[in-house]
Amino acid sequence: MRELLWLVPTLPLLGSAILMLGAGRLSTRVEAMIGALSVGLAAIIAFTIAAGFLLYAPAGTVYEQTLWRWLDVGGFSAEIGLRLDALSLVMMLVITGVGFFIHLFATEFMEGEEGYGRFFAHLNLFVAAMLLLVLADDFLALYAGWEGVGLGSYLLIGFWWRDPANGLAARKAFIVTRIGDTALLIGLLLIASRLGTLDIAGAMKNASQTWQVGSPVATVAAFLLLGGAVGKSAQLPLQTWLPDAMAGPTPVSALIHAATMVTAGVYLIARTHALFLIAPSAQLAVGVVGGATLLLAGFSALAQNDIKRILAYSTMSQIGYMFLALGVGAWSAALFHLMTHAFFKALLFLSAGAITMRIHHEQNIFKMGGLARRLPAAFWSFLIGSAALAALPLVTAGFYSKEAILSGAWADGTSGRVLWVAGIFGAFITGLYIFRAVFIVFFGEEHTHVSGTYGWRVIVTLTVLSVLSVVGGLIELPPVFGHVTLLSNLLAPVLPATREVTNLTPLLLASLVALLGIALAAVLYWRPTRAPAETPLWRFWHAAGGFDWLYDRLLVRPVLWAARVGRNDVVDRVYDSIVWATRVAHQEVRRTQNGRVRWYTAGLAIGSICLIAIAVLR
Amino acid sequence: MATAPLDQGLLLAAILFALGLAGVLVRRNLLFMLMSLEVMLNAAGIAFIVAGARWASPDGQIMFILVLTFAATEVSVGLALILLMHRRITTLDADAGDRLRG
Amino acid sequence: MNATFEISAIVAVLATLMMITRPSAVHALLYLTVSLLAAALVFFVLGAPFAAALEVIIYAGAIMVLFVFVIMMLNIGEAAAAFESTMLKPSAWIGPSVLALLLAIELGSLAVTGGLARPAGSVVGAQAVGIALVGPYMLAVEIASFLLLAGLVAAFHLGRSVTRGD
Repeated sequence: MRELLWLVPTLPLLGSAILMLGAGRLSTRVEAMIGALSVGLAAIIAFTIAAGFLLYAPAGTVYEQTLWRWLDVGGFSAEIGLRLDALSLVMMLVITGVGFFIHLFATEFMEGEEGYGRFFAHLNLFVAAMLLLVLADDFLALYAGWEGVGLGSYLLIGFWWRDPANGLAARKAFIVTRIGDTALLIGLLLIASRLGTLDIAGAMKNASQTWQVGSPVATVAAFLLLGGAVGKSAQLPLQTWLPDAMAGPTPVSALIHAATMVTAGVYLIARTHALFLIAPSAQLAVGVVGGATLLLAGFSALAQNDIKRILAYSTMSQIGYMFLALGVGAWSAALFHLMTHAFFKALLFLSAGAITMRIHHEQNIFKMGGLARRLPAAFWSFLIGSAALAALPLVTAGFYSKEAILSGAWADGTSGRVLWVAGIFGAFITGLYIFRAVFIVFFGEEHTHVSGTYGWRVIVTLTVLSVLSVVGGLIELPPVFGHVTLLSNLLAPVLPATREVTNLTPLLLASLVALLGIALAAVLYWRPTRAPAETPLWRFWHAAGGFDWLYDRLLVRPVLWAARVGRNDVVDRVYDSIVWATRVAHQEVRRTQNGRVRWYTAGLAIGSICLIAIAVLR
Repeated sequence: MATAPLDQGLLLAAILFALGLAGVLVRRNLLFMLMSLEVMLNAAGIAFIVAGARWASPDGQIMFILVLTFAATEVSVGLALILLMHRRITTLDADAGDRLRG
Repeated sequence: MNATFEISAIVAVLATLMMITRPSAVHALLYLTVSLLAAALVFFVLGAPFAAALEVIIYAGAIMVLFVFVIMMLNIGEAAAAFESTMLKPSAWIGPSVLALLLAIELGSLAVTGGLARPAGSVVGAQAVGIALVGPYMLAVEIASFLLLAGLVAAFHLGRSVTRGD
């Protein structure tokens, strides 16, 4: 069964190719079938492989499949291959599983849209690239997948291209992540040139043997990889693109900008954790970036009125938690949160999509209100997702994963304790902002008309994801609740072990602040409220700390200014002057060619005189 | 026969050559330019004769004969060209035939 | 003999100078003939009687006759001479004259510094020249004959009156 691994990324790619080539020739029904089934088949294969992997673990708990040899020059060989270990297994299952249900949801959500087939072609392309990214055995394939998901993200954010604002958002996402991608590429080249291999596992093994802990090269390489990770995962300081990326259709936001692509940075750092272990300052930077981002994004989410932007900031904040976990060495906790976050954030986005598709794509929460009775399915699924996001104790998956992160931070010395405080505070804000949305959207007066009904595909998707958001946390329970460590055991060969925490204090505090946040939201927003007044503080957080404004002043305007200046092509003037000189010289020399025999004779005579003068005077 | 003035002979050749050049450059009439060319060729012939006299060998005179042959050919072709030009544009002004200018 | 040489050299230079300054073509041609005859005398003094004879016969004889024929055919009259004299303004001849003077000084300085000495009493007569001409220089003679043939053909071709349109 494992030999079919190559089919997992290939099937969505094939689906994408068929949809692109058959554009305009296939019926909507066939397009939906191809789009959803290609990912569905990939998911079935992925789960079968996973079952085989878990039951009969391969030797070394790693299965490598070499697809072909890319080049083999002078002792340096690069092979394109797939690698299945616990880490890529988890990622693969999340991508194909959640991806399939989002595709299923989208077949109904996108009905009647122009470019239905194009949507699925791009969505399948994205899934293929993402699978290549996580299954890659070498940096080359990883980078190809990394750029592929960027392309998919770009195409899907700008899906409704008739509105120029969507195109701008797509370009912004592409360009901002490109900064990170460039850092990543430099980092990968640095690693490849210093360690002499493109193979990820080989490079990591070499890294810990070649470089001392804290060696400058390792630190630079780790920081460059971190640069790539913060770009893709929308962390400080490259976080500005994610809220604008909500211009894409809601299933896109669910799949790309919540469940999978934005977690690529987390995956990358987990995959190259050996490098970060020998570069402690870079690892600390990961944690600090995560902590800062989760607070900034949490505050910003409080000041949003658009339901999708609230979820976007919440995504940034939750990925901040994952970075925090990576920074404090709680590796498996980061992966755990990545998984549960994929469930509940996809659920939140899809239920938000389910709401907006019934109320004429209105996204302002202050124009909704009282939808609990009208849309019970959306209400319950959104509520479950919110509870998981807010880490409602005991009953939600988000509680266990977030608890794992916070106890990991608690156990990690002084810097970990500071990050723990940020995480606790963030947990409080999380409960506050998401239940603010819940109360404003579902309770109070109605402001909209609800139309239409849900088909089976929406209901099935929401149900499955709701169930996962509740029970998904049961695979890893803290010591006090039975001490289940299925995920940690699975990841043990790939990632370093997390410190055990037997102290109950962090657990209790984390539960408490989450409940406090929800309670405060209930107190503030139970009664119908209006949109907040535009105070300077509100405006500051609404603009997410004004990073867009800052970057506009610091980067965009100087570049535009340089472009304006460069339009006159200062450098080109040099070459123009050469042309000018040649032309003038040509005009002047041409005048000597006047067709007069005597003139030529005189030239001849002058030349002779000069030559003879040399002979005479020598 | 006493020592012959070889230095003066070469000097004479140089002066005649320069005069011929001056003639070619100053005169615009093709006929005069051709005559001046004859002077220059003759000056080259004198130089050859002087050189032959220096080593008392017949080579100088033979080179002079070759120069003479060349001069005869050159004059016959040149004069034919002059006739042709005069027939075409009814002038002997060398500067009038400047249609090959760049 | 030195006196003969010097006189004829001076005559040659003066005649040439006159030749390049005459407005009339016929006058110039006469001066050129004088210059060539003086050169022939120089050849004789230098012990090259055969070359002196050829100078008189071919240069001063045949070639000059060619010029005379052409001048007759062109029928250059007083008007052309008057036009020529307008061309001989100082502004026209000063530049070329400086050039020519420079050339003369250079060549002259090269000639005078040699300090050449000539073996006394050596006259290279017609017999010696003839032996060398049909001996080692056979090929050069053949080439010269080719050249003369080419000149003949070219002159004939260029000189014929245009009957067919070309």
